[in-house]
Amino acid sequence: MTVGTYDRVPALETGGHAAPAASQLTRLWESKPGISGWLSTVDHKELGKRYLATAFIFLALGGIEALMMRLQLAQPNQHLLTPEQYNQLFSMHGITMIFLYAQPILSGFSVYLFPLILGTRDMAFPRMNAFSYWVYLAAGLFMYASFLVGAAPNDGWFNYVPFALKPYNPGPNMDFYALGMILLGISTTAGAANFLVTMLRTRAAGMSINRLPILTWGTTTTSVGILFSMPAVSLAFFMLWLDRQFGTHFFDSTARGQPLLWQHLFWMFAHPWVYIIVLPAMGIVSDALPIFCRRPLVGYTVVVLATIATMVMGFGVWLHHMFATGLPFLALSFFSGASFVITIPSAVAVFAWIATIWTGRPVITTAFLFFAGFISMFVIGGVSGVMTASVPADRQLTDTYFVVAHIHYVLIGINLFPVMGGLYVWFPKMTGRMLNERLGRWNFWMVFIGFNLAFLPMHWTGLAGMPRRIYTYPDGMGWGTVNMVTTVGSFVLALGVLLLLINVAISRRHGAVAGPNPWDGPTLEWTTPSPPPPYNFATMPAVASRHPLWEDRLEEGMGKSSLQRGMVLANGKEMLAVTPLDGLPDAILKMPEDSYSPLVATILMTAGFTGLLLHWWWFAGACVFLLLACLVVWLWPERTLGQIAGARHV
Amino acid sequence: MRRHSVPMAMLGRLTLIAGCCGPAAARADVPMTYLRTFGGMKGLQITALTWGLLILSIVVVVITSALVLVGVLIRRSRAGAAEREPVSQTGSGVQWIYIGVGISTVVLAAAMVWNGYTIAAINSPPRDPRLTIEVRGHQWWWEVRYLSEDQSRIFETANEIHMPVGEPVRFKVSTADVIHSFWVPAIGDKIDLIPNQTNTTWLEAGRAGVYRGQCAEYCGGQHAHMGILLVAQEPADFEAWWRHQLTPVSSADLAVQEGQQQFVLHCGACHSIRGTRAGGRLGPDLSHLMSRRSLGAATLPNTIGHLSGWIADPQRVKPGNLMPTLDLSGPELASIRAFLEVQK
Repeated sequence: MTVGTYDRVPALETGGHAAPAASQLTRLWESKPGISGWLSTVDHKELGKRYLATAFIFLALGGIEALMMRLQLAQPNQHLLTPEQYNQLFSMHGITMIFLYAQPILSGFSVYLFPLILGTRDMAFPRMNAFSYWVYLAAGLFMYASFLVGAAPNDGWFNYVPFALKPYNPGPNMDFYALGMILLGISTTAGAANFLVTMLRTRAAGMSINRLPILTWGTTTTSVGILFSMPAVSLAFFMLWLDRQFGTHFFDSTARGQPLLWQHLFWMFAHPWVYIIVLPAMGIVSDALPIFCRRPLVGYTVVVLATIATMVMGFGVWLHHMFATGLPFLALSFFSGASFVITIPSAVAVFAWIATIWTGRPVITTAFLFFAGFISMFVIGGVSGVMTASVPADRQLTDTYFVVAHIHYVLIGINLFPVMGGLYVWFPKMTGRMLNERLGRWNFWMVFIGFNLAFLPMHWTGLAGMPRRIYTYPDGMGWGTVNMVTTVGSFVLALGVLLLLINVAISRRHGAVAGPNPWDGPTLEWTTPSPPPPYNFATMPAVASRHPLWEDRLEEGMGKSSLQRGMVLANGKEMLAVTPLDGLPDAILKMPEDSYSPLVATILMTAGFTGLLLHWWWFAGACVFLLLACLVVWLWPERTLGQIAGARHV
Repeated sequence: MRRHSVPMAMLGRLTLIAGCCGPAAARADVPMTYLRTFGGMKGLQITALTWGLLILSIVVVVITSALVLVGVLIRRSRAGAAEREPVSQTGSGVQWIYIGVGISTVVLAAAMVWNGYTIAAINSPPRDPRLTIEVRGHQWWWEVRYLSEDQSRIFETANEIHMPVGEPVRFKVSTADVIHSFWVPAIGDKIDLIPNQTNTTWLEAGRAGVYRGQCAEYCGGQHAHMGILLVAQEPADFEAWWRHQLTPVSSADLAVQEGQQQFVLHCGACHSIRGTRAGGRLGPDLSHLMSRRSLGAATLPNTIGHLSGWIADPQRVKPGNLMPTLDLSGPELASIRAFLEVQK
């Protein structure tokens, strides 16, 4: 893309956040106070924090479900829970952690941080950003409403047919799950498209793609992954719902439907999903670990390439979830080989982090401890993954507690550890106050010890032959002691997580005041005040290197970044658009005001899905009609957005 | 009851637990670990690969964790706070990545070769199996059918598989309802039972004994109590067992004959027993029930006490299972029990 002649030469100002235009920008970008502003805001910082808070609430709910199961499994032959209660709990635990915590929490970080680290004022599509959040919340509430009628999903997050079909599952349990997942898929897809366009088009001038922080690479890569994988699972759940409600036969084996079709569609989505919920977290570590090692990340380019390679290969390994389904020899061999090879890009990242520690001067903070601990947890989750990549070994390991241990090293080790570390790093930016470091050390060690106490022995539980998803087990199998250890560990882990919540609750009011850059970080978010003003940057920064705030010390890049002097862009809500590869200034974007449309659209859509759940077909139809009307209002051309001819120079 | 400690077992000194077990476990000689195999050449190959990958994994974890730990200890800053430690770029460090990834790739390639070799080796049995056993999964029990060229030798049983030691046996597996997975860890790998599909696998027992298996794919409410016992026997003993299974039990005892009538009346709609008019297909075949070691799909030891308790209230031990509570009177229950007691 080439840069043509500009229609307008924007004013330049000096002074960064003290620039004269700051008060005018505040008026332009600030949400209204009170409830109306809260419901209509499109500010990415507000939405990012909401994502984080909501995902943490789901983490807590999923954690409570896990603790109830751990009590049941602490000893052989226990009867604290009925089989049905246990089966609903383990299903909702998986659904909650995988869909309602692990991905949304990373969206939270990215929604909050994208505009700040990219040096712009908001996401590319602010109203769609609000829409993504509201629909996520609605989908979570929709699925959790199943508990109110005592009919939560009870077939695990993998939801295999035919057990999920009507003859074996006549209640509404599976309808909650199927419709809820389609709803959530809309949120995730909208979010992914938004990240992708934001990364490609709304960056600081000069931020060519080889200067992007790794977190943006991680999130952008997984956004592409979401756009390719989400259709498979939305389609699968829609077909499941049709099978259940209208007697179609996609999966119904009694009418020559194919139960294995479900598994293919599900894992075609769900294996990439595993990378979707870890790659941005790995990006958090790749960006934040170097801050505490006081040097740039080792091997930026190979780490970025490894991130992309992992996502691409992640689409070619789904069959390793199906090694015991009787598929042909050749297919198994191919997918087994691919599952081994996908380890190599992960090894790149591991050695990059280790090298960053060895060639840096690590400053031990709570955040650093989480990142350093994460590297070991990552390797444990990785090598146990390699074991399940082997067809012969996997046919023993699969559906035992070994795989449960593996997935928890992946999800807690590679997702929760970076998330907690990331919170210690960016909490000062979000609130203006530091999290307490002393409480932080307790937080880290309780989580680290509790987690490993719970899940390291669980590998043994699996090797001792304990199958997954059993609500109880007999005595004399050699599983009792190790299950008790896991239960104790899981409570220690839960207390550790509780300490984080306590730390957040205390520190947001009483923590030490953080300046703009408490860790002396290198990227653009650290140039803004903490918390940042509604418009993020008074003057649009222009960058000349990968580490604008370190460049004078690293002698990196060509020329100097301009962080204090830049375009003001204050003729209404405006942002700079750049060319996708080189980051050359390309256009001035007119950004939308706060709007109720995303919330109203979400409410109408959720009401429509509720109509489908309850078979209120007319009601659902009315919701669709109103939703279309709402979209017309939302998308109605506006003069301030430059969508009407002759309105270009407002 | 004897228990082995976890570390002891990890050292490979896994002791056999001979006929131990608490009230709810059915009898098996070995627990369900697969780090020690009794499964002939196939079992040895799988177990060797599993151990190999496990040891490799532990080595990798120890090395990388040590690198992190030592790196942090040696290189840690004394500045106390991030902003007080100066930023510098000493060396590019990328040789770490090249060397680390280079070594990983070589090791991984070796593991892949071993893996591929093992996949090929266990794909088909060394010789064509003489015996084929059909296993059909039900919520939450196993239907077992012995095939033979000779129609009169075909028979059905449930929840306990006998097979001869030292020869490969073909298993054809399918399901009557949802997906299950057939798995006897000490003998070999698992295979899923999928609707509209007959999967074939083979297993070989290397040593006589009773091995516990369990359904490994979540199949609903009582997935936890869908166990199976695999009894590996010397070929002669196996032949004798098969012949015995084909022989109907007959008794001149009047109480038994009365019990048979009660059984046909109350139980025959779902269960069958060869040589009687009980021919139901919904529940497990109960021919020679008392020659089996367990009740309720390896849920309870098969004693007359547990049997009475099971018939009187099948929902107590295995709530949600598909056998209804029959509300039998005391004499009816005693009569049925008297009949079943002789089904040895």
